[in-house]
This record gives sequence, structure tokens and C-alpha cells, in this order.
Amino acid sequence: MSATAVVHSLLTSAAATPAADRIPTPHIEYAQLSPVLIVLGTATVGVLAEAFLPRRSRYWAQLGITVVGLAAAFAAIIALAADGYATTRAHIAAMGAVAVDGPALFLQGTIVLIALVAAFTFAERRLDPVAHGNRVDSFAAQGSAVPGSPQEMKAVRAGFTTTEVFPLLLFAVGGMMIFPAANDLLTLFVSLEVFSLPLYLLCALARRRRLMSQEAAVKYFLLGAFSSAFLLFGIALLYGYAGTVAYTGTATAPGIAQVIDGSANLTPALANSTGNDALLLIGGAMVIMGLLFKVGAVPFHQWTPDVYQGAPTPVTGFMAAATKVAAFGALLRLLYVVLPGMRWDWRPVMWGVAIVTMVIGAIVAVTQTDVKRLLAYSSIAHAGFLLAGVIAVSPSGVSSVLFYLVAYSFVTLGGFAVVTLVRDAGGEATHLSKWAGLGRRSPLVAAVFAVFLLSFAGIPLTAGFAGKFAVFQAAAQAGAVPLVVIGVIASAIAAFFYIRVIVMMFFSEPQPDGPTVAIPSPLTSSAIAIGVVVTLVLGVAPQYFLDLAGKAGVFVR
Amino acid sequence: MNPVYYLYLAALLFTIGAAGVLVRKNAIIVFMCVELMLNACNLAFVTFSRLHGNLDGQIIAFFTMVVAAAEVVVGLAIIVTFFRSRHSASVDDADLMKL
Repeated sequence: MSATAVVHSLLTSAAATPAADRIPTPHIEYAQLSPVLIVLGTATVGVLAEAFLPRRSRYWAQLGITVVGLAAAFAAIIALAADGYATTRAHIAAMGAVAVDGPALFLQGTIVLIALVAAFTFAERRLDPVAHGNRVDSFAAQGSAVPGSPQEMKAVRAGFTTTEVFPLLLFAVGGMMIFPAANDLLTLFVSLEVFSLPLYLLCALARRRRLMSQEAAVKYFLLGAFSSAFLLFGIALLYGYAGTVAYTGTATAPGIAQVIDGSANLTPALANSTGNDALLLIGGAMVIMGLLFKVGAVPFHQWTPDVYQGAPTPVTGFMAAATKVAAFGALLRLLYVVLPGMRWDWRPVMWGVAIVTMVIGAIVAVTQTDVKRLLAYSSIAHAGFLLAGVIAVSPSGVSSVLFYLVAYSFVTLGGFAVVTLVRDAGGEATHLSKWAGLGRRSPLVAAVFAVFLLSFAGIPLTAGFAGKFAVFQAAAQAGAVPLVVIGVIASAIAAFFYIRVIVMMFFSEPQPDGPTVAIPSPLTSSAIAIGVVVTLVLGVAPQYFLDLAGKAGVFVR
Repeated sequence: MNPVYYLYLAALLFTIGAAGVLVRKNAIIVFMCVELMLNACNLAFVTFSRLHGNLDGQIIAFFTMVVAAAEVVVGLAIIVTFFRSRHSASVDDADLMKL
């Protein structure tokens, strides 16, 4: 039957055929998808609360809804893992769209915990001075009001708050949870957009320095949409190559993986298109490009410093931690499940990307004068270290990347939470010169920040060291010794500027007009405390968590 | 007519869109170019769907349209707030955070 006849038969036969030939109802395993469904359902409840609750009670209601929803989702993930879905019962749910396996559950659990901590920093209302008798958080009184306009003053005076940030956070979390579990390219694309769109909006909502915040949102949005268009065209080409967007399948209903390794039964149309390697190579490259943009790897990193600097700091912390976790999860699944047969093609490219990312991230960070930009470049360098683990293409590569992601994300959240505390009259004092002598004025905050910086630098007995050691070990075992050498050199360069900040905080005289350190509520304090605890626990006793990541490190296919 | 020509058209539209994103200055036009890229993807999906004789590509085209619509909602909201606070939608004016 020709291709035309097949299409015509698909389009025209539905009315005449008996019931057995009709399209069957999709079979959805609701219980196994419950973590994602709970988060998205909670987000919907949050939207309804925003619409129907009186303004006064929204803040507490939204915070409660968010925390309960995230806690329930985490409980569901633990229950699934305890049922063996992470290991023996790992399988592909929802008609091949979503994988329920070790890496997916591990990363979903991580993302939910990150979101829980981030929700605490979102809800912080003690840092800014009280405005017109109302406590205010980091977000604009009214997102649509022009900064400095009478309309905005009216909104501030009336005590408006943008409590929509909580449902937006939950929608983003829902997308991020599907992203590393996506088992076909369409789900990958849709979940990418589901988590990106709320993040674009959250970026634009800073209370202080709104112009910068809106600028960050425009840049993030335009570049993000540009990169997702590349991802989509890559998906189109891969679909053209393989005739399907499913990652895996069977010999009769092949996924892309089967088509690539040649174990699929080829129809004439498929045999024709699989003869054309250009579709596979260009398509694969464009999809990987889209993912590397989200990860923030060089040369797709240009948005990172601007967006990290302009976005409200709690959002930056969330974005830096959770986006990286989700995007590395998706990248791992794509490279390990779909394209392992192509690894001789993509490994050299990823080598190059990893090297450039580590080196540029570390070197450019040295020249930064703003704390948030400094942490942004540090996150670029960390993306490079993570890529070194991805390149290993081995079980230890997966588990080391999973471990590194946990270690990195909680340290990052804690680091950005500390940034929100150091303030002057204009809001947060992010210029590094203002941080000079902070250790004299506020030893505890400076010491905590020093712990985070040491972990970023990878000093022993911190989580960062354990993570880097695991990643470099996996890369070295896979024969990527030159990469490890460059990684260690880049770490040394990076350590230089982290230590420089520590020296500046503790060994220089405080300026007379220096910033003050705000006393946070228990919300931010607990976010920072969780960061410190995770840093020290993963640093001193990483073995249990390495084992956990090792057990979770097998993809289902 | 050979359906492969539609693929060439899709690639051409995608390239025009990508070039537009890189050279145009008005945020709205940049955004329209992104939409053009998404439409080029849709054309490619539908053509491949025809070539392979399965309907996956046509279904994906619907998903892409929905995603593009959602993107328009968010994108225009962001660009309009940006325009209202600066009286300009030029991406060259977005330079508060230069090094």
C-alpha cells in the first residue's frame, strides 16, 4: 500500500469499521503518574484560590496549598520508589509517553524538595521594610503596573501582593517533573514549554529593580523561545528519520532507538528515510542544542548571567537549581536511551562543549563584580563539570551526575537565599565591593556563605567535593582523562574567585556605608539551614546517597 | 508533486525565521520570527507524516499550535510590560545589565 493510501485509509475508514478496529482508549497509569498529577492539580487549586479567595487571606492560603501539594507529591514519589518502580518494576507508562524508573523518580524527588525550599524563600516577607503597614515579599505589588507609576503606588498602598507566584511555581515544577521522565520527543517538547513559560513570567516580577527584571524576562523569553524552536525542528527531523517520536518501542512498533540500532522492521518509507543520515545527525544535534541551552552550557550560555542577575533572587535560586536538574535528566535520558548507538558522533562534540563550558565558566567568573552574576558563571562552570559525567556513558556516569545535581542544587538555593539577606536602601546589595568586611559585621551569615562557596569550589568535606570526585571518577573510568585534567584545572581557577570572596568578607575592613544584614523569618532561615545541612552531610558521609543514586541510575527502555 | 519540496520550503522558512531573530531589533518582530520557525516545524511534521504514512506528525502539529498559542500569551504579556515601562520595544535598549 502506498503512503497516500495508508493516510487515506486512516482518515476515512473510522465510520465503516466495526468497534474492534476503532482507536482504543489510551491506558493511563494514574497511580504511577500521581506525583506529577498532584503537583499540577495543586497548581490548579492555587489558580482557583487566586480567583475566589479574598486578597487578605491569599498569601497564607497559597503558601499552605503549595507546601501541602509538594509534600504530598514527595510522599507519592517515595511510595512509588518503595513499591519498586525505581528498580525492578520500572516501566514506561501512559502509552509510552512517560518513563517511571530510577532516574525519573530520583530527579522528581529532588525537584520537589528544591521547590519546597524555594517556596519558603518565595514566601519570605520580613526582608523588605514594611510598606504602608503591609509586609511585602520579593515580588511586585502588581505585575502589570509600570514601575514608578501612580498605578503602582496605589497597588503598594492597597497592599497588593503577587501571590500568583505560587501557582506559577507549581506549574513550572510539574513541567520539570515530566521533563526528565519524558519518553517521547513530543512529551519532551511540551514539558519543556510547560516549565519554561511560568519561569519567564516569574523573572519579570521583581519588586525592586523592576526594569532590570523585565529586561531579564524579555531576554530569557526571546532566547528561550528561539532555542525551543530549534529543539522542535530537531524533533521534526528525527521524526522524519525514524517515523516515530517514541524513544523506545518494539521491533514491530519501533522507537527511535530501535530504528537507529537497526533492530526495527522497516517499512519502505522508513527504509527510504533511514538511508538519509543527515536527518538523524542534524535532528539529533538540534535537539541536544535545545537541551544545552536550558542547561546553560557554552556556547548557549549568554542568557544565564543576565537572567540570573535580573530575576528576583528567590526565583533565580529556584531556576538555577531546578532547571539544571530537569534539563540534565532529560539530556541523560536522550543520550543514554535514544542515542547510545550514535555515541561515536556525539561524544566528541560533547567533549568540546564540556571543556569550553568549564573553562569559560571559570575564567569569566573571575572578572565579575556582582554576586548574582558570579553565581551565574559558577553555575555555567558546574554545567561543564556535570557534562563530564554525562560523557562517561556508563552506570557510574548516571549515578555521579544524579548525586552531583542534588549536591549542587541545595547549595545553590542556600547561596541565593543568603544573597537576599544582604541589603541596603535600594534592596539587595549585590555588588561585591559591598560585601567587603561582611564577616566582621555579621559573622554567621558570612560563615554560612563561605560554606556554600567552599562547596562550589569543591573543597573536601563539602558536598561539592564529593560530587566533583564522583563525576571526574566516572569520566576517568570511561577514558576521558584529558577532560578530567582540564576539569581539575578549571576547578582550581574557580576556587580562586570563591576564595577571593571569602577573603574579602573576612579580612577587609567593613565600609562605613556598607549594607545591613536583614533578620529573616524562619522561612528563609530554614532554606539556608537545609542548604548547610545538605552541604555538610553529603560532604562528610556521601556514601549512603551515592549508593542511592547508584541504585536509581538505570534507565528503563 | 514530490512532497520533499515541502521539506525544502520548511527548511527555508525556518532559516528565514532564525535569521530574522538574529537581525531584527523590535521584540515583537523577533517574536514573530520565532513563530515563523514554529510554523516551519509544523510544515516539516506534516510533510514527514505524509511521507511515512502515519498520523503522528499531524497530531504533533496540533500540539505545536497549542504550545505556540500559549507562548504568544506569555510572550506578549512580557513584551507589553517591557514596552510600557520603557516606551520602546527595541531589544537594543535592553542593556541595563552589560558588564
